[in-house]
Amino acid sequence: MKESQCILSVEDLVVAFNMYEKGFKKKDLEVIHKLSLEVNRGEIIAVVGSSGSGKSLLAHAVLNLLPKNAKVSGNISYKGKTLDAKVCDKILGREIAFIPQSVDYLDPLMKVEKQVRGIFSTKERVHQFFNRYGLGEDTGQKYPFQLSGGMARRVLISSAVIQNPELIIADEPTPGLNIEMAMETLNHFRELADAGTAVLMITHDIDLALQVADRIAVFYAGTIVESAPTADFLAGKEALRHPYSKAFIEALPQNEFKPLAGTQPYAGNLPTGCLFADRCAHRSENCIKDVAMRTVRGGDVRCTHAT
Amino acid sequence: MQLKAENVCFRYNEKTPWILKDVSLTIEEGERVAIVGPSGYGKSTLARLLAGYKRPSSGSILLDEKHLPMQGYNPVQMIYQHPELAVNPRWKMGQILNEAWHPDRELLIEMGIEESWMTRWPQELSGGELQRFCIARALGPETKYLICDEITTMLDVITQAQIWNLLLDVSKKRKLGLLVITHNIALANKVCTRVIDLPKINRIDRIK
Amino acid sequence: MTKREWNLSWNRRTKVALLAGIATLYLVGIFIWGLCLDPALYGVNYSEKLIAPCTEHWFGTDFMGRDMFYRCIKGLSNSLIVGVLAAGVSSILALVLGITAAIFGGWIDKFVNVCVDLCMGLPHLVLLILISFMLGKGTRGVTIAVALTHWPGLTRIVRAEVMQVRSAQYVQAAYKMGKTKVQVAVTHIMPHVLPSYLIGLILLFPHAIMHEASITFLGFGLPKEMPAIGVILSEAMNHIAMGKWWLALFPGMMLLIAVLLFDVIGEQLKKLWNPTSGNE
Repeated sequence: MKESQCILSVEDLVVAFNMYEKGFKKKDLEVIHKLSLEVNRGEIIAVVGSSGSGKSLLAHAVLNLLPKNAKVSGNISYKGKTLDAKVCDKILGREIAFIPQSVDYLDPLMKVEKQVRGIFSTKERVHQFFNRYGLGEDTGQKYPFQLSGGMARRVLISSAVIQNPELIIADEPTPGLNIEMAMETLNHFRELADAGTAVLMITHDIDLALQVADRIAVFYAGTIVESAPTADFLAGKEALRHPYSKAFIEALPQNEFKPLAGTQPYAGNLPTGCLFADRCAHRSENCIKDVAMRTVRGGDVRCTHAT
Repeated sequence: MQLKAENVCFRYNEKTPWILKDVSLTIEEGERVAIVGPSGYGKSTLARLLAGYKRPSSGSILLDEKHLPMQGYNPVQMIYQHPELAVNPRWKMGQILNEAWHPDRELLIEMGIEESWMTRWPQELSGGELQRFCIARALGPETKYLICDEITTMLDVITQAQIWNLLLDVSKKRKLGLLVITHNIALANKVCTRVIDLPKINRIDRIK
Repeated sequence: MTKREWNLSWNRRTKVALLAGIATLYLVGIFIWGLCLDPALYGVNYSEKLIAPCTEHWFGTDFMGRDMFYRCIKGLSNSLIVGVLAAGVSSILALVLGITAAIFGGWIDKFVNVCVDLCMGLPHLVLLILISFMLGKGTRGVTIAVALTHWPGLTRIVRAEVMQVRSAQYVQAAYKMGKTKVQVAVTHIMPHVLPSYLIGLILLFPHAIMHEASITFLGFGLPKEMPAIGVILSEAMNHIAMGKWWLALFPGMMLLIAVLLFDVIGEQLKKLWNPTSGNE
């Protein structure tokens, strides 16, 4: 039964970039390390982490959108089948919808309605969705440069949800939207999820994640250190498992606002074993070894000490 | 010492709508004031006016009853939302840090800036690390006010807490006035002694 | 040597740098060889008129029995001198005009823009001929004419680059940290503009050399007695109909290769300096 519930499963995903270091030397820069994640039917999962830590690359890796010099290993499967370039081409835009981070992803030379309609939809449906997202009748006949930032974002969202996809991958869907519009978007995600869609939302805004997600995955230095039900995050640090997510919750301004010394390790300069070890109070010898993801109290955690 | 905005109005030119209208506020020496409000209400514009990057269309920005200096070191310094845009990508961190003044060791330790970062390029540091450099760079002896425009929005919450605790310490120690622009009400309440809702003091008619 | 190391030493950047290096070496080689060449080697020798290419005269000889190979080398070398001089002057003009236009703005910017449009609006060759003719032709005339007509494109590039960096946050912050306009120009703006300026300069060379050759060919440039590609080609015109193909083919090829090589250097450097090339 659990097998059929799982829409997207990512296992030990590693993404590295082959880059020029200085002058003529090339080196591999590993930006995502052994990341594992499952997205289930009817569930909104939020991946939360700081900007520039490589969260977006997770979405791009799943959708086969990485640049040429990226090396990807690990398993990505969609409904139990490996999601390779061929399968991706077939179902992207129908069963899987992507909401990109930047509104620059709209084609500047194509009228909006045509872009949203795509190949599989109808005019009426486009208007229905434009209405829902507060976009005027004439929006469809405009070009992307004639839209404001918020409008362009709503256009992106409509073009993603119009197919009633089975999986939505949303990369920072709400910046630039006012509060009502952001809530409307999230409510729509909720509605879709309740109807059976799986939603993977990537965001740096923990407040947003707390409001709408069923599960939250904490992203740190290129991997997911803990993925647990949202209720655990709302309950406070005692309910959480990984020392980083505990510190994370503690550092929120509405909580203790307590900082934790140190910084996230830089890609290409990563410690072996646990990536959080040098900032962790419970560090021990076991932390230098590879730490596998394990299930503790109904959440997945990558820490040897978690209880 | 006071930083004062008196009936400040701003628009880009005659044809565009007003962004700010009749905005007045005063920040006392060492006071920490937050300005909150949804996007589109001119928070960033107000920040840039107060830091002297732009001149108001009418009204005035006064520091100690005098206009802000247009040349020379500005006692009102600004920190940006995107630290990676606020440093020259062709400079090493050491050069960036010392552009205006030479921060002493003590301050660097306090700020958590490591000596080994000095020889790195900006693209080798994370946003949080870069933001510390930007703050240290702006803390010259003549600085009296810091305008912080969403400076931790792009950072994770732990780095956010680190940076704000640092700034609070410095502000208390040096009686530095802080103007904090943010959309995060919880953060505003935590950091500041006074919170101003910009839509309430900005007398523009919002048209959809 | 393992495969990995081999990959490391032959990645795209090394290839690009090698290509640019070889091209530079060839051009500098010809330039210096031409400078030190003994004039007797391409002197007049009526006993060996119009010989087709052979082992003794690689490129054959012309109607005055001059060896075409050495004449080509000397001619190309001369063309390079004119080209380098003109491109150098042109690019400095472009740098100064571009930076002043962007920094001061206002009427200065407008004035520079009008000059650029004016220069670009006129047919290039006509302008070249006019200026060269006005200055009495000869080496001086050509050099000045070429120098004065090649700056507009580069001026636009420099101006755009400065405009872009001028509004950068770190430049604005520098002003507020008490830096003067001159300090900012030297520390922030110049280093930003330099790469595109240098590439623009290198890509100017082939234009300058081509134009020098063409107005010389048309008779408004270098004097007849001077070995120059333009002179050689225009002389060859008189003999082509008589089947003396080598008089035009080899000099033409030499010119074409030189011009293409400059282009190669410029394009390769562009790839190296492009900030996103780190990701390839």
